[in-house]
Amino acid sequence: MDRETKRALIEAASAAIAAHADELTTLDQAIGDGDHGHNMKRGFEAVAADVASLVERPLPDMLKTIGTQLVMKVGGASGPLYGTLFMGLAKEISDNPTSEEACRALEKAIEAVKARGKSETGQKTLLDVLVPVQAAWASHGPKGLGEIAKIAAEKTVPMKAIRGRASFLGDRSIGHMDPGARSSSLLIATLADVLES
Amino acid sequence: MANVGIVIVSHSAKIAEGAADMVRQMVGESVPLAFTGGNSDGGLGTDVGQIMAAIEAAWSEAGVAILVDLGGAETNSEMAVEMLDEARQKRIAICNAPIVEGAVIAATEASGGSPLDIVKQMAEELYP
Repeated sequence: MDRETKRALIEAASAAIAAHADELTTLDQAIGDGDHGHNMKRGFEAVAADVASLVERPLPDMLKTIGTQLVMKVGGASGPLYGTLFMGLAKEISDNPTSEEACRALEKAIEAVKARGKSETGQKTLLDVLVPVQAAWASHGPKGLGEIAKIAAEKTVPMKAIRGRASFLGDRSIGHMDPGARSSSLLIATLADVLES
Repeated sequence: MANVGIVIVSHSAKIAEGAADMVRQMVGESVPLAFTGGNSDGGLGTDVGQIMAAIEAAWSEAGVAILVDLGGAETNSEMAVEMLDEARQKRIAICNAPIVEGAVIAATEASGGSPLDIVKQMAEELYP
């Protein structure tokens, strides 16, 4: 992958998280501890600050470094979850992946996230976005993944949280979008836009 | 053989420090002890790098038992353990126990020279 694409992906992801940090925090205040927006912003700012050296690395190495940054900087439970996702991708991808290869890498990375969070779909987490997006990608290709991610995040609204801080609320978690599902849909839509353009 | 070390990981620096104070009152200097709380901005949260440093600070050849509070503390502790040497990973146990009571019981057990699996088991008996 060329440097310009890598740079565009990193900068777009970081800008999208920064622009939506307040929204993510508001979602997290409803059913969690209210730090998701701030935590994600801190993590992606650290990644963006490192962009000059990140773009010089081969894609797997770049993804691994981003994953480590997120683990170290995001905090909360989302740090290890997003960190595991990026480190999982890094393990399975080459420097110039085909769409099919990237899709398979995402499948493996999602398995690692499931193990890290001891979670499955239907529990009101980021998996409720990642899993349907990967499935759609595998069956129809990479077109329109941003829209699929957005719809999937909306579908977490009526779900009852089974994992994470929101699970303490039981039925009261119903009626709110999961903050992790929202940040995932935001990242997917942003990255898909860059790759399609 | 050295006694098992205890690491306390809370979202709150004050809880972590307070729990550590209670452990020290109970067992004095007989077990290696470290605590960490708060994120890298000084707010509530947990930090993988700080957890790794706490494990290092409380390291014992007999191993280390980690006590955590809420979910993110557990997930971040698991991540911290996986980022250490494989040889060390096998000698670290994250206890499914209440943080204050678990830390005091685990440390008391450790101060008697019990091995890591027994220290963990005693702490976890608090969650029957």
